[in-house]
Amino acid sequence: MKWLQHQFESNEKHFKSGGKLETFYALYEMLYTIHFSLTNTTKKSAHVRDSLDTKRFMILVVIALTPCILFAIYNTGYQSQVASQLSLDFFSVVFRGLLLFLPVLITTFAVGGLWELIFAVVRKHEVNEGFLVTGMLLPLTLPATIPLWQVALGVSFGVVIGKEVFGGTGKNFLNPALTARAFMFFSYPAYMSGDAVWTFLSVAQDKVADTFSGATPLAVAFLTERGASVSEALVSAGYTWDRLFIGNYAASMGETSVLACLIGAFILIVTGVGSWRTMLSCVLGVVAMSTLLNIMAGPDSVAFLHLSAKWHLVMGGFAFGAVFMATDPVSSPDTNAAKWIYGILIGCLTVLIRTVNPAYPEGMMLAILLMNVFAPLIDHCVVARRLKKRIPNVL
Amino acid sequence: MQDLISLAVKAIFIENMLLAMFLGMCSFLACSKNVKTASGLGSAVVFVLTITVPLNWLLNHFLLRPGALSWLGVSPEVDLSFLVFVSFIATIAASVQIVEMVMERFLPALYSSLGIFLPLIAVNCAILGASLFMEQRAYSFSESVVYGFSAGIGWYLAIVAMAAILQKLKYSSVPKGLQGFGINMIITGLIAMAFMAFSGISF
Repeated sequence: MKWLQHQFESNEKHFKSGGKLETFYALYEMLYTIHFSLTNTTKKSAHVRDSLDTKRFMILVVIALTPCILFAIYNTGYQSQVASQLSLDFFSVVFRGLLLFLPVLITTFAVGGLWELIFAVVRKHEVNEGFLVTGMLLPLTLPATIPLWQVALGVSFGVVIGKEVFGGTGKNFLNPALTARAFMFFSYPAYMSGDAVWTFLSVAQDKVADTFSGATPLAVAFLTERGASVSEALVSAGYTWDRLFIGNYAASMGETSVLACLIGAFILIVTGVGSWRTMLSCVLGVVAMSTLLNIMAGPDSVAFLHLSAKWHLVMGGFAFGAVFMATDPVSSPDTNAAKWIYGILIGCLTVLIRTVNPAYPEGMMLAILLMNVFAPLIDHCVVARRLKKRIPNVL
Repeated sequence: MQDLISLAVKAIFIENMLLAMFLGMCSFLACSKNVKTASGLGSAVVFVLTITVPLNWLLNHFLLRPGALSWLGVSPEVDLSFLVFVSFIATIAASVQIVEMVMERFLPALYSSLGIFLPLIAVNCAILGASLFMEQRAYSFSESVVYGFSAGIGWYLAIVAMAAILQKLKYSSVPKGLQGFGINMIITGLIAMAFMAFSGISF
């Protein structure tokens, strides 16, 4: 460690202004702060006496994501081994999972990190840890068989257009990971429409295709005929409520397990990083909207409308989105009242898009993205209302 | 009744004038610096649309379309539909003039902050677009009232959301080459992508 510190300090003069490697100060700063914490303090006024800086904030989110990541690796491997009829012992499953998950993760970090670095060097700001979370979130929302060039393209769009053109982390208005996901969703719907999912087959000598597709719970629910019961159709397709809760089925890599998301939610709420108001109001929104639809739906309306809230909460990417995407401190509203409105509308919109929009089986991603657009407006209205209520102090 | 509600939802969200059709972009980009101005311009557009679409419906139905003059006893072969553009624009210009006069009298602050963009509503493509869609899709009178109003509400929502986002982005540091219209175009594109959540909804 001493040696490393010495290396950094002896080379610092090259990166300081006037040094020959001045352009790459951002790179130096990034590598240095990964290894050592800084001793210098903010020079201008407005000091907040708290140890929670952006770096710690983002690291806490990554820690909260760990259960999801571990489960994603295990489940991706497990689904692939089952589909290709290989051994199901723990190590081969985890190995297969790593083999599928890591390339996507590495591509995301390599391409996204490169963009981040280019912008940091050219625009002379520091490399921000916000990308760490974006780079973790994006692979978890992708299917296991996604071509890596699509991942590279998607993360480029998310980082550059979604974030860097506005000046970096904290200055954007849409969640960069969601922007990337939505961009890929609209550009290559065949790979990630969400109504069928591809499980990777590792041995395919006797088969032509090297992937295997199956219907996700959302597709099963959507295709149920009028008059039939969706929950029965789900159970008969093998998707019992418990299975959906644990997440042991094929879908996008990290979003299947509600259990892992709940552990993450617990960590986020206890450390005060994620807003419990947003999470709770998302759940309330789903419950309210699906109950309303249950009451309004007649016997001859679409079967999906009759599905109770209990099922809506465990299907698709709802839990993952509500815990990790909707609570993004940059793109969600700042005032507490606005957070309630924001969350409830996300929940309502999710159920609405799922049930009445035949084009998209999953609504969570688009609902959050849409509410990100309206978050500043909700904030503005809440503040304006509060200002109006204030007793005027000028006679 | 259900038809009218679904038409309204369609006009506000699914076929949003601004974000799905990209009509009325110029004043959208120019007048979205703050929510108050945007909301003023948006209300003006809602008002003008609600008046002009039904007015143009009447004009089209009783004067312009093929055989429309039969109630006067003129032979049904008379077809004045080549006058559609001119007469629609005339209606629009007249109602914008009314809005302008009312606003100058009662809301002078808003009137001066909107500046040239208030009279420019007259040549706002969203307004003419709504009237032409109404003619093309052969709406009934009640439908044209609902369509005009909800197309305006959709435009209003879009410009107010945009203004709130721009207010929030006041502290962003946009690269020099993108400042102003460049970044506004990118933001509009991103909002339109988010609005694609609604495309495909059918009733």
